[in-house]
Amino acid sequence: MNGSPFALLGHNSVTAVMAKVMAALIPGIIAHAWFFGPGIWVSLLLCVVFGAVLEALMLLLRGLPLKPFLSDGSALVTAALLALALPTLAPWWLYLMATLFAVGVAKHLYGGLGQNLFNPAMVGYAAMIIGFPVYMTQWAAPIGVAHFTPSLAEAFDLVFAGAGAISVDAYTSATPLDAWKTQARQGMAGADILVQPIFGWAGARGQEMVALMYLLGGLLLLANRVITWHIPVTFLAAMALTAGLLHLANPAQHAPPLFHLLSGGAMLCAFFIATDPVTAASTPLGKLIYAALAGFLMMIIRAFGAYPDGVAFAILLANICVPFIDAYTQPRVFGHKRGGKRGQA
Amino acid sequence: MISAILVMAGIGLVLGGVLGWASIRYRVQDDPLVEKIDAILPQTQCGQCGFPGCKPYAEAISKGEADINLCPPGGNDGVKRLAELLGVEPKPLGAGMEPKPKAVAVIDENTCIGCTLCIQACPVDAILGAAKQMHSIIAEQCTGCELCLPPCPVDCISMQVIREDVATWKWRYPMHMMKRAA
Amino acid sequence: MSRKLFPFNGGVHPDGHKEASNATPIRAMPLLPRYVVPLRQHIGVPARPLVRAGERVARGQMIGAAEGYVSTAAHAPTSGTVLAVEPRAVPHPSGLFDLCVVIEADGEDRAVELQPLDWRNLDASALRNRIRDLGLAGLGGAVFPSYIKLNPGAQAIHTLILNGAECEPWITCDDRLMRERAAEIVLGAEIMRHALGCASVLFGVEDNKPEALAALRAAAPADMEVVSVPTLYPSGGGKQLTYLLTGVETPTGGRSTDVGIQVFNVGTAYSLYRAVCLGEPLLSRVVTVTGHVAEPGNFEARIGTPLADLLAAAGGALPGAVGEIIGGPMMGFDLLDRVAPVTKSVNCLLVKDPRLFPARPAALPCIRCGACARACPADLQPFEMYWFSRAKDFGKAQSYDLFDCIECGCCAYVCPSHIPLVDFFRYAKSEIWERERDKREADQARRRHEFKEFRLEREKKEKAEKFAKAAEKQKATAGTEAADPEEARKKAILQGALERARLAKEGVTPKNTDNLPAAVEKEIAEIDARRAQAETRPESGESTP
Repeated sequence: MNGSPFALLGHNSVTAVMAKVMAALIPGIIAHAWFFGPGIWVSLLLCVVFGAVLEALMLLLRGLPLKPFLSDGSALVTAALLALALPTLAPWWLYLMATLFAVGVAKHLYGGLGQNLFNPAMVGYAAMIIGFPVYMTQWAAPIGVAHFTPSLAEAFDLVFAGAGAISVDAYTSATPLDAWKTQARQGMAGADILVQPIFGWAGARGQEMVALMYLLGGLLLLANRVITWHIPVTFLAAMALTAGLLHLANPAQHAPPLFHLLSGGAMLCAFFIATDPVTAASTPLGKLIYAALAGFLMMIIRAFGAYPDGVAFAILLANICVPFIDAYTQPRVFGHKRGGKRGQA
Repeated sequence: MISAILVMAGIGLVLGGVLGWASIRYRVQDDPLVEKIDAILPQTQCGQCGFPGCKPYAEAISKGEADINLCPPGGNDGVKRLAELLGVEPKPLGAGMEPKPKAVAVIDENTCIGCTLCIQACPVDAILGAAKQMHSIIAEQCTGCELCLPPCPVDCISMQVIREDVATWKWRYPMHMMKRAA
Repeated sequence: MSRKLFPFNGGVHPDGHKEASNATPIRAMPLLPRYVVPLRQHIGVPARPLVRAGERVARGQMIGAAEGYVSTAAHAPTSGTVLAVEPRAVPHPSGLFDLCVVIEADGEDRAVELQPLDWRNLDASALRNRIRDLGLAGLGGAVFPSYIKLNPGAQAIHTLILNGAECEPWITCDDRLMRERAAEIVLGAEIMRHALGCASVLFGVEDNKPEALAALRAAAPADMEVVSVPTLYPSGGGKQLTYLLTGVETPTGGRSTDVGIQVFNVGTAYSLYRAVCLGEPLLSRVVTVTGHVAEPGNFEARIGTPLADLLAAAGGALPGAVGEIIGGPMMGFDLLDRVAPVTKSVNCLLVKDPRLFPARPAALPCIRCGACARACPADLQPFEMYWFSRAKDFGKAQSYDLFDCIECGCCAYVCPSHIPLVDFFRYAKSEIWERERDKREADQARRRHEFKEFRLEREKKEKAEKFAKAAEKQKATAGTEAADPEEARKKAILQGALERARLAKEGVTPKNTDNLPAAVEKEIAEIDARRAQAETRPESGESTP
């Protein structure tokens, strides 16, 4: 027997939330295909298929019913985010491994939907960057820069059969973030770096438009109240602030803030990854702290770390702090005195 | 080598000193263990544990002379709380010690001869009456220990299970979570 | 009329469905052959029955008297005969029976003499006692005895709020009452203002009830303010409406009187008017019957009207109905037995149909999306409270201020995982209450046990002292006659006997059946003989404690 309330908000379910997130990703995916070729469809398809199969497998192993949990769509969102974060045109087993870490380890070994401490997609990404660093530096070069942009059929070939006779360098390149890092360290002037073909009008060529499309999708999520402003705004602000200070301090070594905001995984992270409710802080103040921490760490890793982009580690490190942040940022309850002690978990 | 040992020893000494100081400075003034155990026990004073009351049982537990699963009125929940307090594994109640539903003693007024034996047996003075007068039980103060049953020479006391009413009714644990597929 | 409002956080906008029942005037009910009046209709101690089966009662006669402080009286809804005073089905989520007075109507509907009160010249305390005996309790749902709320006590009340927000979907009983009987409500508010001695009177009505607002504004004198508040559930919650109108938060664990504000439902004001100006006890209330029924609307139902009869008066449930809710869809509960009667707290009978009230989908795990926290009008973190309530970690649940939850249902309404959050909170609360009850009982038992031990010890000491004194006295006498060997031998025997008696006393509780009348001795002997024969119990009468 259920007690009240007997009324429920209509069209409201985990599935609906996940469907909205997926829909908001579509502009970014299309932009990706537009600027980097159809390879993204292959990696997306592989991740989603692997994600669904692994989710089903894990549910079976855990003795849970398939239908409600498969239809919640959370595994698909994880898989899609993973596909968008990973390089396209990598070998198929890289996607399998990444999805295995994301869905199998980070999600289900931690107790499944809603229980995971770490963002599954970022665990998958981090595992790959540690385990297979070489593949994680081979990014599809934007159309117009690459000597060769594989068609959909060629992309399938590359992913499943390997490059074969074609040189990997023919269709991949270092990311602009990577390029900046190496070249700036070698003493190249910032202005000289930014005129190379892989750089665009503000950030990375192609990536900047994809990032703007993610921004558009994120704004749709905001308008639909799937996410709140706290995390994306603070995350981007913290990134921009850190990047700006670094750039002011040493323009030769550190790229300008706009470049950072529009390259790599910044926008995707701000609106789709850092906002994952399961692993993000949940109180209003906590969200600000969490997002500021993630944005700051992201820039620190980009500026001083070993990896060109810092999305995964910034998010995972911030995830670790979430229980602590939440415990100390509980909002004041109606009727309680301001500044009163409460709810320390 | 020597310097390394000295440094390690020095660190050890300093940290040990800090810890020692902290343990004195931040010592928590606690109830003695017996009080804490006694606070968990249901205070029926029924003696089913084999001790003459809850406090003696609490003392025996604190000295390690008695097991924690000897209190049927406290139920498995009580055992669990004792286990948590003492940092040991909870165990099921001892054999033949199934908890009974909460009950109060009721005196059959027509049979009572006013012998006062039950009054002396009652551990919480919950029976009113005097010699040759009819006795009656103050239901709110009765712990349901059943100690008044054996002394009664005319068997006029019976235990009446307390039924749930509108005021004491509890909401049940909601059972609509996703079940594991069998 | 533009008072500054203080919107509370959270809240939801469920579909109102008010139009289903608010178009037609309040209808009267025919006299029924039988009424069932529960004695526990209010918060606090149930009323003490004053009648027995077979007794004749008249309408308005007190059949249950207020017992203790937090209590109020119950009255016969019509004249007739008391059929029984026994546990019957009552509208309660448990479906348990509770003590009721069952009255068979004689059809005459003869009333006791009603005594209108000259309230302006009546001592406030006398007024309150009359109100208590007239059975008034809050009709908004909490049914707290009104006479207590009309006692300002040590706290000065500066503002009286009349709650006509009626934010629950479907319910329109206050709406119709305000439209049709605004003048009486305003009079009731005058009486309240008189009893409380406060200056300011505010009516809070949601803006989805323009007719009620207009009627109240027409009826209210210039020194009462009728405020239109935005339609947002749960603006009719006492604490929420208080904040909305005054910007003052009711402190946690306290009442609004702690901050000088008292809140009454408009229906209570109307009943207070009837009680004071007409001298009529609380005999009836307006109940909305709506949902999947033939002729939804509002009914003036006598307290004790079986809900089945009320439903019949509204044309009965339509085909396909799947049960009824007492109260609204956000805070009501499933009716388990239709023979249960209308009580002072029943404001709505809502018949469910599967289209508007589909079964709650199976719950998925919480994804910590925080929708519940954003919807919570008490600024709680329901998903944290849920987590600990589910794990039965009640201490932690309490540390997240479980008891500030008003069970409004906003959290469960918005939860995308369809978790019955409020069910978990109600479960955790009732478990905690039970534990507190158990603890109180255990503490009382411990104190009484310790006192008994102390008493036994003291009695023993007193006896020992008495004995020592006697022995000393004996020694004094013995000292003079110590030479007599015969005396010494006797003394030794006596001493030995005393010693044996003492040992026996320590070892065995004396069988306190000496000095009984012969008849009783005989009875005991007979019983002992029977017992020896039957030997059903291993322990005999002389067991040690």
